[in-house]
Amino acid sequence: MNPGQNAPGASSHSAETPIKALESRRSFLFKVSIAINALVAAAVATPVIGYLLGPIRRKGAYNSWIALGPVSDYHEGETVLATYRNPDTNQWDGDTGKVACYVRREAGNTFTVFAVNCAHLGCPVRWFPQSELFMCPCHGGVYYSNGDRAAGPPERGLFTYDYHVTGGKLMINAGQMPTLANEAKLVKGILPCPGTSKPTIG
Amino acid sequence: MPWYKQAYDWVERRVQLEGFVKESAEHPVPRKTASWWYVFGSASFVLLLLQIVTGILLALVYVPSAGSAWDSLQVLNHQLPLGWFLRGMHGWGSNFMVAIVLIHMTQVFLFGAYKFPRELTWILGVFLLLMTLGMAFTGQVLRFDQDSYWGLGIGASIVSRVPFVGRELVQFMLGGPIIAGATLTRFFTLHVFVIPATMLAFASLHTWLVLKLGINEWPTPGRIVKRATYIQEYNELAHKDGMAFVPGAVWKDAMFAAGIVLAVAICALLFGPIGPTGVPDPTIVQTAPKPDYFFLWIYTALAFLPPSIETPVILIAPVIGVGIMLALPFVAGLGEKSWHRRPVAVILVVVLAVGFATLTHLGTYVPWSPQMDGWSADPVPVHFVDGTTPLERQGAIVFQAKQCRNCHQVGGLGGRRGPSLDYVATRLTEDQLVRQVTQGGGNMPAYGKTLSPAQVTALVAFLETLHPAHEPIAIDASRHVADTNNPAPKEPVEAIRP
Repeated sequence: MNPGQNAPGASSHSAETPIKALESRRSFLFKVSIAINALVAAAVATPVIGYLLGPIRRKGAYNSWIALGPVSDYHEGETVLATYRNPDTNQWDGDTGKVACYVRREAGNTFTVFAVNCAHLGCPVRWFPQSELFMCPCHGGVYYSNGDRAAGPPERGLFTYDYHVTGGKLMINAGQMPTLANEAKLVKGILPCPGTSKPTIG
Repeated sequence: MPWYKQAYDWVERRVQLEGFVKESAEHPVPRKTASWWYVFGSASFVLLLLQIVTGILLALVYVPSAGSAWDSLQVLNHQLPLGWFLRGMHGWGSNFMVAIVLIHMTQVFLFGAYKFPRELTWILGVFLLLMTLGMAFTGQVLRFDQDSYWGLGIGASIVSRVPFVGRELVQFMLGGPIIAGATLTRFFTLHVFVIPATMLAFASLHTWLVLKLGINEWPTPGRIVKRATYIQEYNELAHKDGMAFVPGAVWKDAMFAAGIVLAVAICALLFGPIGPTGVPDPTIVQTAPKPDYFFLWIYTALAFLPPSIETPVILIAPVIGVGIMLALPFVAGLGEKSWHRRPVAVILVVVLAVGFATLTHLGTYVPWSPQMDGWSADPVPVHFVDGTTPLERQGAIVFQAKQCRNCHQVGGLGGRRGPSLDYVATRLTEDQLVRQVTQGGGNMPAYGKTLSPAQVTALVAFLETLHPAHEPIAIDASRHVADTNNPAPKEPVEAIRP
């Protein structure tokens, strides 16, 4: 009943040498076929790695300047939640294409724009104007009104965005979820010497 | 010959599977393995199949788009006949599967089933556990509600802590710069194609190994696993004191599987589908995200890790944990199987179970988090302000308005981040209270900048009333010296001079 028994490839040979020669030729061709498949697979698959890694872009590549409305919308000494549509977004992102941030107008054209993401693990911090604290609902991170860490597990203060005021409008440089590996600010300031407002170098 | 027999023969002549199936079904197993303790593996497989079936049914309706996923779940929950029930089956099926897989693993560990020659079965099982948890997490992501959105944020924040390539890994994980449509489709692909296909392959191989190597015999103290003799001893046991797997042992598996599927259905009926919670709109910051119960222990651990060691622990501990599990059959692959002779194994299981249970329990009421509405939801109980002076009442208002109760309980209501303040006046003196309020410390923010001196005075006056009636408040003996110019009544100044 085994159909393989009558297949031409299985026919018996009396002499040993031709069989061995045939076998080595067949196994050679078999190995060549594997090698060819490996080459084709590598040639086809390698560009696909580029497809998979497509979302990875260099630092700041996703960022652009975003308008957060006229400066007059923000009152001095107040911290408010502002929202914007992320510059890099698709129509099917729905509400997730939106981003929130906290804008604090210190005085005049001096602002601090905080990311809502807790510096610990990215949960949304909530601003309490009465106690002037940001509190995180996840693991108890607390920050002062200037973004400094007040309590809890965060190892640093809130992330802040670069901003400038152009034509009476507040602009921030944003576009990517802030994390410890992407601290929102593109240019890190030099810490001032204690007791002065001047940087120690530069 | 009846028509169905003819049809069966026609197919069998072609596929030729009868011999293999019969041999597998009738293979002898040791008599004592026909036990209720041996039903969890097959139950896990049945739950996997149940998840695949309910998952396919949900995929008929679910829209893997960030803008529409949440709405499609509402349609499933509220508009389609029995859509809610299928979501319930899938959600509760997932809960049951995590639980049964963990029980299966514990049983296998305690029965020494990972030992020679079943090392590879165990290793495949470790990967199956990881994939089960992976399915649970990605499934939670597909629910795409607020918990899911911020859960992804926590995931991205953890990934961002990887040295050197953190930023790149975050972009790779999210499929872009932020949590959005590309993130959902990535996790959809993982949840629907990549992990289930791998799981089916691994689970099949896992079962194949059980068939080829035989089910682990009931461990007997003193029966030592030795490389040279084990297989022969096992075969003797299975053949001399054994029985055919079908029907001798399989009926318990089948009964339990039916019971589990029924239990999933009853949970789905009684408790309904799981979520979704609020819409995944990141501009709604009034949310307190929380993972599903099987990840609560991680959530708790992340709250308690000191900042200085957090990153190394988050990144290295899972690698070590999985490494230990994979190395187990090579380190302890021979010797005693019985838990009667393996005290370390038993202690390990107890410690891990108590540890995970404690962390999970803490995760259900998150004592480390400020209670965000503590100040507006729970008014100061009346008896705390009854009979107090105007200054003390003003202090009670400061106490309420400045969100002190988000972290401090009074009368059993409020947050638990800080200590309960019911009897704070017996613990801290007036000066200490002023210092603690204005300067903070011990994980409390400093309120010196946000409270006026008058508010601090009022607040501390109120806090000084918080003590049991029979217990005096804490006082600083040196106050008497400070009050020299205004001596306390009945207490001559001379009396306290040295």
